[in-house]
Amino acid sequence: MAEYKLLTQHIGADGLQTRAGYERLGGYQGLREVFRRFTPEQFIEQVKLSGLRGRGGAGFPTGTKWSFLPKDVFPRYLCCNADESEPACFKDRYLIDENPHQLIEGVLIAAYALQVHHAFIYIRGEYHDQRLLLERCVEEAGGAGYIGRNILGSGFDCEVIVHGGAGAYICGEETALIDSLEGYRGQPRLKPPFPALKGLYGKPTVVNNVETLSNLPHIVLRGGDWFKGIGTERSTGTRVWCVSGHIERPGCYEMENGRPIRELLEEEAGGVWQGRRLKAFQPGGGSMQVLLPEHLDLPLDMDAVMKAGSSLGAGAMMFMDETTCMVNVSMRLVDFYHHESCGKCVPCREGTYFESDLMHRLEAGTCKPEELATLSDICDNMNGKCFCPLGDTATWFVMSAYQAFREEFEAHCGAGGCPVRGGARTAALVGAS
Amino acid sequence: MTGRVLADDRRVDVALSEQTRVEISRQKERYPSARSAILPALWAVQHELGYLAPAGMEEVARILDLAPSEVQAVATFYSMYFQKPGGRHTVMVCVNVACALRGADDVVAYLERALGCPSGRTTADGMFTWQSTIECLGACGYAPMMQVDHRFYENLTPAKIDAILDRVAGEAGDDGHATMQAVAMPKAPPSVAPPPAEAEGPPSDARMPGTVKGESVPGQKRRRRGRPEGNDL
Ligand SMILES: Cc1cc2nc3c(=O)[nH]c(=O)nc-3n(C[C@H](O)[C@H](O)[C@H](O)COP(=O)(O)O)c2cc1C
Ligand code: FES
Repeated sequence: MAEYKLLTQHIGADGLQTRAGYERLGGYQGLREVFRRFTPEQFIEQVKLSGLRGRGGAGFPTGTKWSFLPKDVFPRYLCCNADESEPACFKDRYLIDENPHQLIEGVLIAAYALQVHHAFIYIRGEYHDQRLLLERCVEEAGGAGYIGRNILGSGFDCEVIVHGGAGAYICGEETALIDSLEGYRGQPRLKPPFPALKGLYGKPTVVNNVETLSNLPHIVLRGGDWFKGIGTERSTGTRVWCVSGHIERPGCYEMENGRPIRELLEEEAGGVWQGRRLKAFQPGGGSMQVLLPEHLDLPLDMDAVMKAGSSLGAGAMMFMDETTCMVNVSMRLVDFYHHESCGKCVPCREGTYFESDLMHRLEAGTCKPEELATLSDICDNMNGKCFCPLGDTATWFVMSAYQAFREEFEAHCGAGGCPVRGGARTAALVGAS
Repeated sequence: MTGRVLADDRRVDVALSEQTRVEISRQKERYPSARSAILPALWAVQHELGYLAPAGMEEVARILDLAPSEVQAVATFYSMYFQKPGGRHTVMVCVNVACALRGADDVVAYLERALGCPSGRTTADGMFTWQSTIECLGACGYAPMMQVDHRFYENLTPAKIDAILDRVAGEAGDDGHATMQAVAMPKAPPSVAPPPAEAEGPPSDARMPGTVKGESVPGQKRRRRGRPEGNDL
C-alpha cells in the first residue's frame, strides 16, 4: 500500500501559515480550479464519487449530506465545526495550527459547491490562539481576492466569519452548534427537521468538520476517482489520528485508512511506553467503546472497527498500559459527560449524575457488589433514550469496560480503595518526587 | 453546565469603556443576525472587566437590543465565562483521561502546594485563581497540560510549572499577556488597551502555546516545527 500524506504533507514547511507560504506549495489552486472545472453540481458529484466521509465522528458521506439541501432555497449556510471537544481529540487544532489556509480553502470550495454566501467557522473558546490565527488568515485571504465579492473573477461571493465559542462540549453537536451560533444556550434541537432543511436562521445549512473540509482542495485538484483509490472501499482517503496515552510519542499522525491499528501504535507512536504491555485502548474519542490488544490488527476502517464493537469516531486513539485502572478511566469519562450534559433531557441530566456518583464510590472502594447491577440499569435507561447522542455515549465506554474487565469492577466493590496498581494516580508526573 | 463560579466573591462595580462598546457594535455588524454577536460581545466584556459584571451584561443587552435576562441566560451556559471576579490569572488543569494517564493528578497536587490553596480558589496575593477541569482541552497528545489565561502549556514537569508561574506572575500589569480576568488586582491603567485582536495576542516571543521560551518539547514528531515569521497576530 502506498503511503499517502495529504493534509499534513507540507506541515513544517516555512511560512505555511501565511498566504504566500501556502500559495508557494500550491495553495489556493484548488479554489481556482473548482471554478474552472466544475459547476457546483458537478463538484458535489466529485465529492460523492470520492467516498469522503465526515471526520467529525459520525462518518456520514459528505457528498450525500450536501445533496440533501433543497433546490432553490436561499440563503444557505455552511458551518465548519471546529468545536473539537471530544476527549482525546486534538487533530482539528493541529490542522488549524499547522495549515490554516488549507482549511479556509476547503471552506470556500464547499461554499461554492453549496452556493453559500456566508460560511462560519465555529471554533471552541479554548482554542484562542487558533481563532486569532484563523482570523488573520481570513483577512489575508480576503486581501488576495479569495474571500468577498466576485472571488477570483468567478462571480461567486462568500464571506467567512470566524466565531469563537466559550466552553461547551455539546456545541460540537451540529444543532447545538447552530443554536449557539444564533446566540442561544447551545442545546441540541429535535431532528427532523435536519439542518439541511432548517438550520442556521431557519435556512438550509451544512455542518462539516475541519478535517472533512481540509480534504476538499485535494479532491478538486486530483479528482474524486483518485481519492477513492486511497484507503479502503468504504473508508476512503487518509485520516489524521490523535494518538495519546501511555505511548512513547504522542501526537498527530496522518495515515491512510486501512492500515492496521498496530502500525499506528508501534511505528508512528513508538509503541507502549516504558516497555510495558498494552492493557486496552479507546479508538474514536471519549465516547467510544474500549478495545483490547487482540484488536490491534484491525484495519483503520470505520466498518471493521464498528464490527468489533467500537468506532473510529473522530479519529482518536488513546492507549492504556497494564498499570491502568479501568474503573478510574471510566469514572473520568463519566464525570466528563456529567459536566457537559446540557440539561435539556432527563435521562442524560439525571443519568449522568447517578452514573458519576456511583463511579466515584466504586473507585473509592465503597460500593456494594449489587450496585454494579444498578450501574447497568442506569446505563440501560440512558442509552438510546436521550435527546441527543451525548447521553447515549456517556454509557458506551463504561459499559464496554465493565464487560471486558468485569473482575476489575467487582474487585473494587468494598475494597476500601482502588485495588489496581497505579490506582487513581494512573501515572506519575515525570520528574515529580 | 453552568457558568464557572469562582470561590472568590469580591465584587467590583465597573462600567464598560467606550472602546469595548465600539467593539460590541462592530461584532454586531459581522453577523446576519445581531443576536449571534452575544458570545463575542461577552468575550469583550470579560476581557475588559475580568468577569461578566452585571453592568457589562446589561450593556451587551442594550447594544444588541435584547432583554438582560436573555443575555444572562446565555452567559451562564458557557463554562469559560466568569460570573464573579477572581485572581489576576486563571489556571486550568485538564484531568480528563489522556492527561490523567500522563500525570495530571500530580500536576494538580503540585499546583495545590505551589499556590497554597485548593482547586477552585484564589491565591492569597490575588495573583492566581486555579482549578482542575474534567473538560478535555484538546492537548491530549502533549499531556499533561494546563491553560493559563488563554494560553496552553504542555508536557508539564514540576520545573516547567515553576517557570511558567514565575513568568506569568511577572507579567502582571503587562497587557500583552492574554488575561481572561483582570480586575481583582491593581493593574497598569487599562486606558489604552489596543483593540482585542491585538490585545489578546500573546507577545511574539512566546508564540507557541505549550513551550516555555527556549525549551524544546521532547518526543514530539512533526509538530509545531518552525512557526514562521510573519505570524504575529
Ligand atoms: C455531543 C456531540 C459532540 C460533537 N462534537 C463534535 C465536534 O467537536 N466536532 C465535530 O466536527 N463534530 C462533532 N460532532 C458531530 C457533529 O454533530 C456533526 O456530525 C459533524 O460536525 C458533521 O461533520 P462531518 O460530516 O464533516 O463529520 C458531535 C456530535 C455530538 C453528538
Ligand atoms: S485529556 Fe487533557 S487535553 Fe485532552
